[in-house]
Amino acid sequence: MSRHFFIESTIRAFARALSRALASEQLVTHRGVLQAFDPRVRVAGVFSLVVASTVSRRLWVIAFLLVAAVLLALSSGIRLQTLITRVWLIVLGFTGVIALPAILITPGITVVSFGGLAVTEQGLRAAALLILRVETAVTLTTTLVLCTRWTHILKSLRTVRVPTEVVTMLAMTHRYIFLFIETANQMFESRQSRMIGALSGSEQRRVASRTAGVLLSKSIDLSEEVYLAMQSRGFRGDMQLITEFRMQALDYAGLAGFLALACAAAWMGR
Amino acid sequence: MHIPDGYLSPSTCAACYALAAGGWYAALKRIRRVLFTRAIPLISVFAAFCFVLMMFNLPLPGGTTGHAVGVTAATIVLGPWGAILATSIALALQALFFGDGGITTLGANCFNMAIVGAFVAYAAYRLLSTASELNSRRRVIAAAIAGYLSINASAFIAAVEFGIQPMLFHDASGTPLYAPYPLHIAIPAMMIGHLTLAGFAEAFIAGGMVSYLQKVNPGLLQGLAGLQQEKIESRVPANAGIRNLWLAVALLMMITPLGILAVGTAWGEWSPVDFSSLQARAQIASASHGQAPPDAVPSGLQKLSSFWTAPFPAYAPAFVRSPHLGYLLSAMFGVGLFGALSFIASVIAKKRNRRELDL
Repeated sequence: MSRHFFIESTIRAFARALSRALASEQLVTHRGVLQAFDPRVRVAGVFSLVVASTVSRRLWVIAFLLVAAVLLALSSGIRLQTLITRVWLIVLGFTGVIALPAILITPGITVVSFGGLAVTEQGLRAAALLILRVETAVTLTTTLVLCTRWTHILKSLRTVRVPTEVVTMLAMTHRYIFLFIETANQMFESRQSRMIGALSGSEQRRVASRTAGVLLSKSIDLSEEVYLAMQSRGFRGDMQLITEFRMQALDYAGLAGFLALACAAAWMGR
Repeated sequence: MHIPDGYLSPSTCAACYALAAGGWYAALKRIRRVLFTRAIPLISVFAAFCFVLMMFNLPLPGGTTGHAVGVTAATIVLGPWGAILATSIALALQALFFGDGGITTLGANCFNMAIVGAFVAYAAYRLLSTASELNSRRRVIAAAIAGYLSINASAFIAAVEFGIQPMLFHDASGTPLYAPYPLHIAIPAMMIGHLTLAGFAEAFIAGGMVSYLQKVNPGLLQGLAGLQQEKIESRVPANAGIRNLWLAVALLMMITPLGILAVGTAWGEWSPVDFSSLQARAQIASASHGQAPPDAVPSGLQKLSSFWTAPFPAYAPAFVRSPHLGYLLSAMFGVGLFGALSFIASVIAKKRNRRELDL
């Protein structure tokens, strides 16, 4: 492992976050199936399908929901390669590692045994249920996030009575995340450009905590500036969100379709 | 520690959302009272800071890396209520934006990391740094210990949430329907990683940041965590605590039917009938590490079990058919009984005080 690993890997993480945001910006304008619906329908539809996959106890029902999620993603302009690299492999790498020992340690009917270890039917089912559920949920949420403007997702939250303050805070946080990613990135890059030797572990930790400290001070200063800017525009604590959403016949049909699919899956999988 | 969708059952997710919602409501209310219009930009910007901080790949002893949550730093600067909101918003954005943590499990993630994490960090930091100078080394150590404890407390709660899944939610064949590992596997598996690695990431960031702020911006450490809390306490109306307590009791009463989800029999809470039922005997044996129960009912148990007959046996009054309603009625009866006893005790105490004053 390189001794500059920490700075490089953090810069890479920042770059990944920015590229994801960019990819999302490109897909929201695509004329796909999900994009055709009102953002509130998209949020409610995807959420109901995620809940249905969590409620369902039958493998075939969850597998069916995964197929539906993949079809929805593909018809909304998301490439299969994006799904494989950004969702399935990552989920398989994480959840697969967690689920694997369950195959061997879950008590039940032995399917095959080797070297004193027994693979049980119950273990295989438990692992399959976990992996399929997570794959389905992450495919659905990734499809939603890639195909919907962030501001629209937030405004949709008002439909389920999330307080305006919380929605405003989420929107502001989202905006400042990119500013801070850029700031932190510049700090790490400038540090890296001035380094001619390797840093020891403790020095790297010091760099990380100092960078975090600088970022914290900048955060407080920025919040003060934002507050003054808000005040200068007449902010007195009351907020109103401009909602330009209007439900059409297609949206009602879409909502009914999503809810019917989710209810049917929950019923069949009970 | 970010629990993805699918690891927790819908009822666990709902219970965690209810717990987290209580924390969010209280935090929002208190922060509004202290910071007024300043709350929104401060919490938003701080949430963005926490989000970016979670992306730092921190080098740890042993050549590996870990991520800090940032809840300790947020607690030290904003106080626990502000930290709850800032960390929860950062977690919500992580779940929605990066798929790090699920949507159905967002309540659990916020409860574990934002609420439990903030309160453990706050308690540890206050306890260890009381009466110390702002620039003292003790504060740096207190912050590091608070960070370490906070992450480990959050991990422990997450492990318990994982561990109860196979116990409560499995099908007829015994297949776990959600996270498949029981408590005795989930807790060590989760805690080993956090006690040896992840806890140190939060400790280094929290301690390092306090050390840095002591040098460049000690104002940020000046009683923000402690003083804010005192300000809040002084503004809370006298009866607000009682009202909140009643609200919490009402909420707990409403979720008592969750007890129905528990399967099997609680260890040591067996009745004489259980010894003659094949199913109950199997459950006793499985709960006792394979130790079979005696063939006959122990004589002492047989004799004492008829000594007292409860009015609501097994939380189900005889006249109620629905077990949900039975649980709810039992909860209401229990709370009512304690309420009546407390009322009688307070009347007696008041009378005694009055008599002492008259003397």
